[in-house]
Amino acid sequence: MKRSIYMDYAATTFVRQDVLDEMLPYFKDNFGNPSSLYSFSEVNKSVIKLARQRIARVINSDENEIYFTSGGSESDNWAIKGIAFANRAKGNHIITSQIEHHAILNASKFLERNGFSVTYLPVDSDGFINIEDLKNAITEKTILVSIMFANNEIGTIEPISEIGKICREKGIYFHTDAVQAVGHLPIDVKSMNIDLLSMSGHKFYGPKGVGVLYIRKGVKIDNLIDGGAQERGKRASTENVSGIVGLGKAIEIAGEELDFEINRLKALRDKIIDGILNKVPNARLNGPRGDNRLPNNVNISFVGVEGETLLFDLDDAGVFVSTGSACASGSLEPSHVLLSIGLSHEVAHGSVRMTLGLNTTEEDVDYVIDVLPKIVERRRAMSPLWSQILDREEKISCTVRK
Amino acid sequence: MYSEKVMDHFRNPRNVGAISDADGIGEVGNPRCGDIMKVYIKVKDNIIEDVKYETYGCASAIASSSIASELIKGKTVEEAWDITNKAVAEALDGLPPMKMHCSVLAEEAIHKAINDYRKANNLEPWKERTHAEVIKDHQCNN
Repeated sequence: MKRSIYMDYAATTFVRQDVLDEMLPYFKDNFGNPSSLYSFSEVNKSVIKLARQRIARVINSDENEIYFTSGGSESDNWAIKGIAFANRAKGNHIITSQIEHHAILNASKFLERNGFSVTYLPVDSDGFINIEDLKNAITEKTILVSIMFANNEIGTIEPISEIGKICREKGIYFHTDAVQAVGHLPIDVKSMNIDLLSMSGHKFYGPKGVGVLYIRKGVKIDNLIDGGAQERGKRASTENVSGIVGLGKAIEIAGEELDFEINRLKALRDKIIDGILNKVPNARLNGPRGDNRLPNNVNISFVGVEGETLLFDLDDAGVFVSTGSACASGSLEPSHVLLSIGLSHEVAHGSVRMTLGLNTTEEDVDYVIDVLPKIVERRRAMSPLWSQILDREEKISCTVRK
Repeated sequence: MYSEKVMDHFRNPRNVGAISDADGIGEVGNPRCGDIMKVYIKVKDNIIEDVKYETYGCASAIASSSIASELIKGKTVEEAWDITNKAVAEALDGLPPMKMHCSVLAEEAIHKAINDYRKANNLEPWKERTHAEVIKDHQCNN
């Protein structure tokens, strides 16, 4: 049988069986509109409430602070645009980072075209923002800080509690795009002083097409989707009942398994990182090591080869990964995250991201450590860039010897 | 996303390597843009007797150099010169629009190698098309 090793859990996850089982009745049998008054729809109202409670428990919020959306991108857009327009009288300045997801970056660019000014904080070589940079960027006109909880490409976990503390002291709203973090890291919106938080169901074994924006009680925000009175008048559209049920069940299970899964994945993650870096010369880990890295994220650059080449060779070997190379991006520029941490274009083009999850086993990891170095070696052998790099290194070592 | 032909030439690229006593060498592309092609030709009696190449780039860049090497091998220098990027892409059963640029690199590398050979033999180099003349939507200008 051909191998099939999925290592792109940061892109999306499968729906767990327990989750799917809870969702199914709400497609056909219990299809009622939660807004309807008759008894047939009672159950649809109650399961939405239950989902809200399950989510609130995992992030330590109140259930009435949970608003369902169509996914992470909508949650991000709502947070950025909704806060900006509702608080315009107070100021027109927003702070975010250079390594945010495009949902944040492009929503910010939209605001820039509409009279707002946006500061994009730089990051260091491991992808961390600098707290002093943040403090220095805050002005009297700053109304919102939006910094991602953990980066989707290189796994960097930002200093969320510190950012939250600063924002709360200054009376500035703090939003975090926690799409990669929810269900994978402990989150406490109260102790971390988070005002708004985005999540997406399909990143933690729930369904696609459903997400959440947590909005702390008292936060002033405009609607993004106007219409009916759903979600207490803040987000119109008939509820995606099965999706909401699925997200609720998925986050509940993720919460129960959190500690176990964090430790298991960290061990597998570090085994891949060490295994590959020990076997492949001129390979570079992108993002930090240790506790400030997402437990499931591996991102390595292999200078001299193009990431897309590695992706298809791994595909042939039965391993599914992603790359930050230009070839994969639909433009000719490599990933903005990899450039922001200071990689040259030629190093960024050779990056591969492997993200682990529930079905990843030690055997899978050993297999990748075995096949990936061979693939890199084969493609480097036919790469004129790789021979240039070897020539350069030889010259350097000759000079050093003299 | 790619045709079977592209994947075949990507998986098993033909004529890979270098020719140490090549009569002409053409190198195009740049690491910033994520692709470099280096083509080596051996010419005897005006015939491309042997061709090899080294390629750094995405799957379509590797496949383009592989198919181009097959297209020019055994051809006269004039025939090899006339092989366009379109011919390269067609021989691969098409390339996605974003990847047409890879076929242009193959054409350019061959032209450079042929002119390198012509200069070495005191012949006037032929006029090469620029990348922008061949393909307009190429965004990597670094």
